Amino acid sequence: MVKNLLSDKKGKKIILMGNEAIVRGALESGIGFASTYPGTPSSEIGDTFSEIARDAGIYFEYSTNEKVALEAAAGACFSGVRSMSSMKQFGVNVAADSLMPLAYIGTNAGMVVVVADDPNCWSSAQSEQDTRYYARLGHIPMLEPSDPQECKDFVKIAFKLSEKFKIPVFIRTTTRVSHGRGIVKLGKIMKGKTKGFFKKDLKKFNSLPPHTMRMHEEILQKIEKIRKISEKTKINFVVNPRVKSKLGIIVSGVSFGYAMDAMDDLNIKIPALKLSLTYPLPEKKIKNFIKKFKSILVVEELEPILEEAVHRLAKDVNPKLKIFGKNGYLPKSGEYDEEIVISAVGKITGKKLKMSLEYHSRKYKELKIPKRLPVLCPGCPHRATFWAAKVGAGTNTIFGGDVGCYILGMFPPYNTQDFIFSMGASEGIVHGIKKTTYQKAIAFIGDSTFFHAGMPGLVNIVFNKSNPLVIVLDNRITAMTGHQPHPGVGITGMGKKTKEIRIEDVAKACKVKHVEVVDPFNVKKMIKTIRKLIRSDEISVIVAKRECQLLAIRKKRKAGIKIPRYEIDQKKCKKCGLCLYNFGCPAFYQEGDKIMIDKNLCTGCGVCTQVCPNKAIRRIGIRKVKKK
Amino acid sequence: MKEFNIVVTGVGGQGVLTMMRIIAESALKQGYDVKTSELHGLAQRGGSIPCHIRFGKKIYSPLVMEGEAHLIIGLEPLEALRACYFGSKQNETTFLVNNYKIIPISVPIMKEKYPSLNKIFENLKQFSSKVIVINASEIVKKEIGSIIPTNIYMLGYAISKDLIPLKREFILEEIEEIIPEKYLDVNIKVFELGESTTQTLSQDEF
Repeated sequence: MVKNLLSDKKGKKIILMGNEAIVRGALESGIGFASTYPGTPSSEIGDTFSEIARDAGIYFEYSTNEKVALEAAAGACFSGVRSMSSMKQFGVNVAADSLMPLAYIGTNAGMVVVVADDPNCWSSAQSEQDTRYYARLGHIPMLEPSDPQECKDFVKIAFKLSEKFKIPVFIRTTTRVSHGRGIVKLGKIMKGKTKGFFKKDLKKFNSLPPHTMRMHEEILQKIEKIRKISEKTKINFVVNPRVKSKLGIIVSGVSFGYAMDAMDDLNIKIPALKLSLTYPLPEKKIKNFIKKFKSILVVEELEPILEEAVHRLAKDVNPKLKIFGKNGYLPKSGEYDEEIVISAVGKITGKKLKMSLEYHSRKYKELKIPKRLPVLCPGCPHRATFWAAKVGAGTNTIFGGDVGCYILGMFPPYNTQDFIFSMGASEGIVHGIKKTTYQKAIAFIGDSTFFHAGMPGLVNIVFNKSNPLVIVLDNRITAMTGHQPHPGVGITGMGKKTKEIRIEDVAKACKVKHVEVVDPFNVKKMIKTIRKLIRSDEISVIVAKRECQLLAIRKKRKAGIKIPRYEIDQKKCKKCGLCLYNFGCPAFYQEGDKIMIDKNLCTGCGVCTQVCPNKAIRRIGIRKVKKK
Repeated sequence: MKEFNIVVTGVGGQGVLTMMRIIAESALKQGYDVKTSELHGLAQRGGSIPCHIRFGKKIYSPLVMEGEAHLIIGLEPLEALRACYFGSKQNETTFLVNNYKIIPISVPIMKEKYPSLNKIFENLKQFSSKVIVINASEIVKKEIGSIIPTNIYMLGYAISKDLIPLKREFILEEIEEIIPEKYLDVNIKVFELGESTTQTLSQDEF
């Protein structure tokens, strides 16, 4: 349990992660319903709700995908229950089809949509998407907190705005806000309604013309009303307002901290307009701010959204204003930090740090540090499945990739993700390839991903008659984002038992002729099954079913169950290196010319004994999983 | 004290986040403003996990700037080296490094070379002269049969040698809060073991 998250001591100061602070903000706003599909960096919002929902007396669910999560939260708010739906940036793409009409239709009770962007793609494939555009696309107000305290406070403001103007409101964070911890001063928890009543209202809830056109007008009016609040609100404020300076700064999100630190380290004070309610923009406030300066530096990560607005607004009030930003002063991609801001301020003002970072950076670049890429864990069932797929189908097979831990199959030595797109895309793309080539193809897809977006792809393959092999990597949990349950697990986000929907049953119901369930740790059987099905003239599905090893070991540790130990018989080992270079389990290492097993890393899966061509790996008894 | 910046680094699973949380909560108890930064998800699967902890009178950003760390704790030597640019001679950064190597898979597979501990030591010295190397995992393994609480041993060492300007009692209180009860005794024992250690490794012992 997150320490003190449910504390009712108003004014108490506790440390919270940005994601946890968002949950606290929702609790202080009288939330009754929360939903999510896990996605880093937003995952801990759902996980925290999952932990506290029962004690807090609210409802929470892990929905099957973000669109469903958003719709469920919309249904709750239509019924008069305050709701929140949280997701990562690409989740908004999934939810967008319902989000756009929701903005038109509007809310009843307050509804907040939290989206976490991931500059630098620390935890994301796909793209460095800037979700701020969605605010503009859908006319959805957006608040951008820069630290945990603001995360909590802004959620409360968002609920108030939403309820007052009957409009969904975005809270947009980035990785360093979501996963940053800081001190949060608690307010009072407000017990919200969890049951309401849906009152029929044809005019309100139907986005069919002629209502659509009226709704468009209405939402534009709502945005102009909220703009007035944006002009007045204290969360759009100026730092160092009385300092005389030729340069001013406009900043939003986590970059605010970097700008403050940069000024501190450079020992200068520059007036800075910190924007927090960034859609609709407080245009008058910005005009008032920029008219005093010769130049403005706009500091925002990702796309130049504020910067373009400043260009537009300066034409009216200060046409000669020099605007610095992504026009050669700040990077257009990647995340920012203090150094980046210092460098930009330095280019404009000539101010430099006492300490030379150039010398420092150069020395660092000279070091040759081996990369530490993320790897599949020791004992990960995906590794065994990948191995069997390469042996059983041949490495000339096209391996369709998808989103989950198995994305790591992209790296050597696995090389089993020939393309990675988006959730569920493996099946769609492999179908297209099968229709247009004579090549063998496997679509790899995870269990949670299958329920999220894989079912339509599977149905399409059956419907439109192509013949790939679909391998569902069913490790019984949503592993990559931190072990959240999904419909195949039989437990809800509230920890309640529910029907377990088996992927093999879904495949059979979709009229897939060959459906096999195979344990990936039985390498021989897996190879045999893949070999048989890869050449089938109809679609086949293999459910590679084996619990995530991290979870399995954790359970064993709790129960005090012992796990087998393995070692390499050096007399039998012919140093072929297959285990180390091709199988690629991190528990293997080389010492001199010997290959060894790191007993601290080995989880005792025993798959390597089936892979070693010389039968040199043997079981040497069991060890107790050590308790911390 | 205006601010104190720590980078704790290691490999996923070494307990970097736990260490970070204990330090951050202790700093709050001591009346400081605190900010931290960590990474989750894809980055965590066996990858390097650099965590930032900053505390002081008023802290704005969660990230330690290049050269501005006062202390860099490396639970793994290569990760300490990867984080070395947070250290600098001007800031008199202390490197506290556990000599327990975890070889990244890029070494066998991409034919990269894991530098010798000696070389790592020399490279760290270029960034700050205060480099302390201890065989924490080895001692912890010997004493309790598992390397898991190496993080707590390192914390005990750091606190007892005044490498972190936080009170011992607060750190211990937070260990009690954060470490699950059934592992608590072992962790306190390991913490005290870290405190009582005076021996560090000199370069020729690598």
